[in-house]
Amino acid sequence: KDKEEDDSKEEDSCSPHNRASRRKNYQIKNSDGKNAGEERRRQRERGKKAPTKDQKESENEGRKTNKKGKEGENKQKTDRKTSTSSGSSNSSDEESLSEEELAMLMEQVEQKKKLISAMRNKPWRMVKKLSVLREAQAFVEKFEGALGKGKGKKFYAYKMMMAKKWVKFKRDFDNFKTQCIPWEMKIKEVESHFGSSVASYFIFLRWMYGVNLVLFGLIFGLVIIPEVLMGMPYGSMPRKTVPRAEQETAMDFSVLWDFEGYIKYSALFYGYYNNQRTIGWLKYRLPMAYFMVGISVFGYSLMVVIRSMARNANENTADGDDDNFVFSWKMFTSWDYLIGNPETADNKFASITTSFKESIVDEQESNKDENIHLRRFLRVLANVLIICCLCGSGYLIYFVVKRSQTFSKMQNVGWYERNEVEIVMSLLGMFCPPLFETIAALENYHPRIGLKWQLGRIFALFLGNLYTFLLALMDDVNEKLAEEDAVKNITRWTLLGHHNSSAGNDSTATPPPLDPADVPRGPCWETTVGIEFVRLTVSDILVTYITILVGDFIRACFVRFVNYCWCWDLEAGFPSYAEFDISGNVLGLVFNQGMIWMGSFYAPGLVGINVLRLLTSMYFQCWAVMSSNVPHERVFKASKSNNFYMGLLLLILFLSLLPVAYTIMSLPPSFDCGPFSGKKRMYEVIQETIELDFPLFVAKIFSYVANPGLIIPAILLMVLAIYYLNAVAEAYQRANAELKKKMQMQREEEKNKRNNKASTNPALQDLEDLLAPSTKRESHPKQAEDKKTESPNPTSPVVKQGRAAALDGGPMTGGRGAACVPPPHVFVTQPPTLGIRPPYPGQPRPRGHPMGPFPGRGRGQP
Amino acid sequence: QDCTFFTRKEILRLHGRYHEMAPNVVPMDYTKDPDVKLPMQLIINMPELKENPFKERIVESFSEDGEGSLSFNDFVDMFSVLSEMAPRELKAIYAFKIYDFNTDNFICKSDLEQTLNKLTREELTAEEITLVCEKVIEEADMDGDGKLGFADFENMISKAPDFLSTFHIRI
Repeated sequence: KDKEEDDSKEEDSCSPHNRASRRKNYQIKNSDGKNAGEERRRQRERGKKAPTKDQKESENEGRKTNKKGKEGENKQKTDRKTSTSSGSSNSSDEESLSEEELAMLMEQVEQKKKLISAMRNKPWRMVKKLSVLREAQAFVEKFEGALGKGKGKKFYAYKMMMAKKWVKFKRDFDNFKTQCIPWEMKIKEVESHFGSSVASYFIFLRWMYGVNLVLFGLIFGLVIIPEVLMGMPYGSMPRKTVPRAEQETAMDFSVLWDFEGYIKYSALFYGYYNNQRTIGWLKYRLPMAYFMVGISVFGYSLMVVIRSMARNANENTADGDDDNFVFSWKMFTSWDYLIGNPETADNKFASITTSFKESIVDEQESNKDENIHLRRFLRVLANVLIICCLCGSGYLIYFVVKRSQTFSKMQNVGWYERNEVEIVMSLLGMFCPPLFETIAALENYHPRIGLKWQLGRIFALFLGNLYTFLLALMDDVNEKLAEEDAVKNITRWTLLGHHNSSAGNDSTATPPPLDPADVPRGPCWETTVGIEFVRLTVSDILVTYITILVGDFIRACFVRFVNYCWCWDLEAGFPSYAEFDISGNVLGLVFNQGMIWMGSFYAPGLVGINVLRLLTSMYFQCWAVMSSNVPHERVFKASKSNNFYMGLLLLILFLSLLPVAYTIMSLPPSFDCGPFSGKKRMYEVIQETIELDFPLFVAKIFSYVANPGLIIPAILLMVLAIYYLNAVAEAYQRANAELKKKMQMQREEEKNKRNNKASTNPALQDLEDLLAPSTKRESHPKQAEDKKTESPNPTSPVVKQGRAAALDGGPMTGGRGAACVPPPHVFVTQPPTLGIRPPYPGQPRPRGHPMGPFPGRGRGQP
Repeated sequence: QDCTFFTRKEILRLHGRYHEMAPNVVPMDYTKDPDVKLPMQLIINMPELKENPFKERIVESFSEDGEGSLSFNDFVDMFSVLSEMAPRELKAIYAFKIYDFNTDNFICKSDLEQTLNKLTREELTAEEITLVCEKVIEEADMDGDGKLGFADFENMISKAPDFLSTFHIRI
């Protein structure tokens, strides 16, 4: 047996009530909403039949009833007349009801229905809810049938059920979706311990992983797999074979580690691809696909970065103006009532504490006022120092690159001389950021702004390094190009000589084909560049991981375990635990991505390596952070969007696009390797496809479009559009700011107004009803009433006083004055006293209370 | 069913849970409407409430006598309000009651301090706590009486983005 049955049985017991009296009740109810008076009366009438059941409700209603009693009494009298007339006539008279009565009835039924549907929203006690509900239900059931309104009931029920199911399904689906977000729990865990700024790095990492996964799919699906499946196999032609001289060592690990040997002549690098126009039985146009994929990697990345930036900006504006209640929201809405797991609860406590600390730091920052001149001077000084550092490092790199060029001309140079540039660059990368950080301590920015400055500075440093590296590479490429011309002739001569010699020896036999390993070949600068990028990426991965392992983990272990037998406190003192270096990690990620973008055209396998790297670093870094790092001393909140990271990413994307575009447009591809060999420029593959595979008019259209006469106006148009949109955006921004200001003003005004009036809320009434324990009222109803009669008298003068003070001394003093009087709810429960008080201009009447016509006389009614 | 946001099945399950907590006190048969109440100690040990820092307050504000013992009706009422179907206004009313520790119909400074201490397990320093409490009152107090009435509270909570998502218990 259950609650439901219980309900229904009680409903049944209710149903045989006198219909007429019931109807009369509802007529009154109709006239006066939820007027408590007739509810009371109804109970009195029903009291004989169900005396115990409604006891509590009547008690609940007691207070209201007192006020409304008189009014109710009046109405009752008038009603009785009607009720006796209709009450004498029983249910068979139902059809003979007049039109008006029918309409009224219908209205009541509607109202009851509304009440039933709104029942669950009422903050009443369950007992009261149940009894009111039962009556309403019984009423509706009875009269709905009479009015013929219940016909569509089944259909309606079905519809409701479907709606419910649909809602449930949607919710389940949402839950499923959130469960599918990878590493969500991991990131949440990190966030709860280290704050949102560290978590923002991991979210960024996750986002990068997603982007790289798409790039990986593009390149593998459209370039590498077709080549492996349908291209010519290894060893079939010179570009796919390891040269004879290298064959002995091609499988050695040290060679493979340098990405030479077999790896160099594999589908991972540009040089392996053939310039055959179509391959396999699908007639797959591989060179075309290679070119298009290379372009679309950039296209997709640009699109994704810009789109997510735009979305972030949107989110920013969407909840930008809700800064008014930071602390209140934290206080009242941060605990997740769903948490039932002790570990999660621990995390949540930690995260709430952290977030409070973040906000406190923010608050303190905004309240600080210090010697502004000193701070300005320090900031200028810091910037000068940092510019000096940057210039110094730039010159150092330039110097080293120059030196390396002289080294490269010499023979028998040592390991150090060969790798001097890389060593100097990584040393600079290792020591400059901490130096910058030390200098930045002078500036005393808010940590969030400080992080941005730090990021910008390290970015400049890395950028310098990257571009010197690129310049060195360019020199290399130019050298290779010169070399290539020479080799080209040699190759031709060798092949010719081979043919001649074989022809000379035996003119009848076909010349035995020259083994592809023996053909002399050019240096293939594209593969060289690709290898360079792959090497850089791999060494970067290793350096990162080793740094984490040594710098964080070993240090943490050392601090943790040696602390027991050391002369000073290691945990609090000098080495202590490492903090998570957000700026360094973000920049590392961004630059790594730049490498990937630049290198993926020459080494299609690079993206695969990167996907692996991101995947492992997600786990590795999460582990390292949780195991061996400590939260920042000044925990701070990440700026809401990570648009700053995205901006850096966009910049690096643009910068990495430049060299690739330059090589595609203006360097001749190698003559004997890669999908574009034999062409003057790489982009010619498009022209070729258009000429050969499309109908003639397409080629014509293309040639028109490529006409500078059309391109220049198009660019002009775009510039104009940008200008226009920019202007529009600015206007909107201004309007937005204006609106915000207005809202703020309104809020202040409201605050002031509220100071001056003792307003009340209908919901407060219900609350009131709940808050006072019903048992108390049951035992001392008289006492409560006495109190009520007394309380308004002392209240009103004091309130008046407070109001007067408000008029005199402004809103604040008024508020203080009001604060010391008995809480305003005393007169909330006593609407009649408002009538006694002299009315003030603009004084609000409590909305929830329908004022009785005789407010004073209601009291004393049983 | 119309009084709560539950379906019949869910109410049955709730009853099962209620019965489970004290099998010898709570009868399975509810047709005779027995007057049975469970003490707070039993209820706050439910896994759904166990970790909640406000569990005592929740139970107290839903109990009819204010002492924390719940009849089955109150029990169902509690989870109905805390279910995700309940509207924001209803939740706000009960949230106000929960955070009103001394039941004076206002959230005053001492209430805020208690809330904060429960939320952070007293890991903040005294200055930080006073700072936060002052900030909260400054932010949300519209009528300038130095404490939050229900109108203030509702105004503040109605704009909170994640109040609805956090203020519910799934059972």
